Amino acid sequence: MIDTTLRIAPVTLRLRSPFRSVRAHVDLFYPDAIDTRRTGAFTDFDIHIARGAGMRAWLRPQAQFLLDHGEPFLPLPAAQAAALFEWGLNWCLATRPLGYLVIHAAVVAQDGDALVMPGVPGAGKSTLCAALTFLKGWRLLSDELAILEPETARLHPNPRPICLKNASIDIVGAFPGARLGPVYQDTRKGTVTHAAPPSQSRAMAEKTARCRWVVFPRYVPGAAPCCDEIGRAEAFVRIAEQSFNRDRMGETGFHALCAMLDEARCFEIAYDSTERALELIDAITG
Amino acid sequence: MPSRADSMSLNASAPLIAILKDPGSARRLSDDNWSELIASARAANLLGLLAVRLRQANIPLPRPPRRHLDAVAQLSERQCQSVRWEIHCLQRALGSLRVPVVLLKGAAYAMSDHPVSHGRLFGDIDILVPREAIGDVELRLMIAGWTSGKSDAYDQRYYRQWMHELPPMVNVRRGTVLDVHHTILPLTSRHAPDARPIIEAARPLDGFTSIRVPRAEHLLIHSIVHLLHDGELPNGLRDLFDIDGLIRAGTRAPDFWQRVEAAATELGLAAPTALGLTLALQLIGSPVPPETIERLHLRAGKASSPLLHWLYRQALRPDNEVERDVGARIARSVIYLRAHWLRMPAHLLARHLLYKSAARLRKTEGSAAGAA
Repeated sequence: MIDTTLRIAPVTLRLRSPFRSVRAHVDLFYPDAIDTRRTGAFTDFDIHIARGAGMRAWLRPQAQFLLDHGEPFLPLPAAQAAALFEWGLNWCLATRPLGYLVIHAAVVAQDGDALVMPGVPGAGKSTLCAALTFLKGWRLLSDELAILEPETARLHPNPRPICLKNASIDIVGAFPGARLGPVYQDTRKGTVTHAAPPSQSRAMAEKTARCRWVVFPRYVPGAAPCCDEIGRAEAFVRIAEQSFNRDRMGETGFHALCAMLDEARCFEIAYDSTERALELIDAITG
Repeated sequence: MPSRADSMSLNASAPLIAILKDPGSARRLSDDNWSELIASARAANLLGLLAVRLRQANIPLPRPPRRHLDAVAQLSERQCQSVRWEIHCLQRALGSLRVPVVLLKGAAYAMSDHPVSHGRLFGDIDILVPREAIGDVELRLMIAGWTSGKSDAYDQRYYRQWMHELPPMVNVRRGTVLDVHHTILPLTSRHAPDARPIIEAARPLDGFTSIRVPRAEHLLIHSIVHLLHDGELPNGLRDLFDIDGLIRAGTRAPDFWQRVEAAATELGLAAPTALGLTLALQLIGSPVPPETIERLHLRAGKASSPLLHWLYRQALRPDNEVERDVGARIARSVIYLRAHWLRMPAHLLARHLLYKSAARLRKTEGSAAGAA
């Protein structure tokens, strides 16, 4: 059982669920997000991870994602209730109009300088993001969502568990300081688990950052490492493709993305191991 | 207002309606009240209208709800812009036919910069063309990149033989949906008005040779019959506020109500118009003169049924309330059946519902969707 208000920057949400796994998920990954003083605060999303009802509840227990009493997508098996919360929250941030341009990208920062890594699935951005966070001391803003505020052209952190898939689970599990949650078998994305963000990243959740580097990572087995600087126009087009709501943001979204790239340098890297990737990133940001 | 959402009263839309009517009362809201107001406005698809009304009244907004309100207002502007682009494309596709292309609902509001369009979100684009031109219009649209969204033979026949529109057409490049009507209610329907007066009276739009916008009274009557004949009411309250906006803008012309009465009578729609105006008056306090309703009843030859009033009062609430109220759910089912009943004679209706339920059984369940 859980019924609580969580501050997960940049939003405040109410989370209710009868599932013990959801409670354990919050205790493990959001220990400092539960803020009792916030009862009565404005909530951006009212989320309920509920048990599926009807005959099916006995045959094949399911977990439903309810948002403000609507059900935006179909349920998942009950064993994936906590993962459903993570995916559902991504959906909320990507599709609910909040005035932010939301891009599918990992974001890490040093001081106020952010490195944005847009990624097609399978490009290795989550693993690389975890490596930068756990091995190189970068601050995690998000492994999935770059949240750009149009008025300031600054990126909002959304420090949540890093979603690891298949082979990356063992790689990241071996990083010093990485704490993994339960493993979910047979999800739509294969075998999945989450890594907790370091507490320093969570502590700085309200501190925005400025995009200084954009890197398009590409993991190519057996390839020689390479790094090419690309023009901002090309980067713009490729990031725009990775944006969830650029079309709905219209002109505001266009100008926001231009402003984000104004002071950024953009690169494309290919690598065959995490070590090579970290060397390339060092060279770019050093 | 109760403090947490699970105790949200079955009438959560009451504070929303109150603030839309008197935005100044928003000054007294607590943070908690704001959460509920934003949630119920979103559920009713009225968040954009709320944003516009609060902005016009210069209400100071706390930052967290302001983000939601500003974002939806911006989305509405963006959609308005897309509608305008879409209408330019329609002009280009249909201009050579030299037939009037009359915009209905959202597209008409957006293109005439009607106050109702401010803050509104837009769905499909609806156009009305003369029935004899429908074949040419469909052909021209197909050449310009619109294809029929319904490929099933049954659906094709359902629309073409019985309905008042072509099967929805989807633009292959932009994915936008266009509904092409040749009258405003199904051909098989009990009130099957002739749309000619609407088309003939529609006024041309500056800069477009083919595109027209209906007269104010026709926009109002169409909005009402659409609400009352469409069996599904997810946007019922939003549609009622559209009606309210059309009334308020319309009454700036001194002879507005006379024209509404005359047009409703000419189209044979006095009874539904009277019901719609009564609902707008009773539920959201639209300025409707009681004499107009009386005269419409007189011309319809009957007073409207108290049962229908009650059903609509229940069913016109937002989805999130209806879900948790048995009475409202029943009311919605009855209205769904009634809408189909009005739409076609009993033997056709039985055939259609039977076919649809069999089709639903055949359909397998979709797979779970997790985003991102």
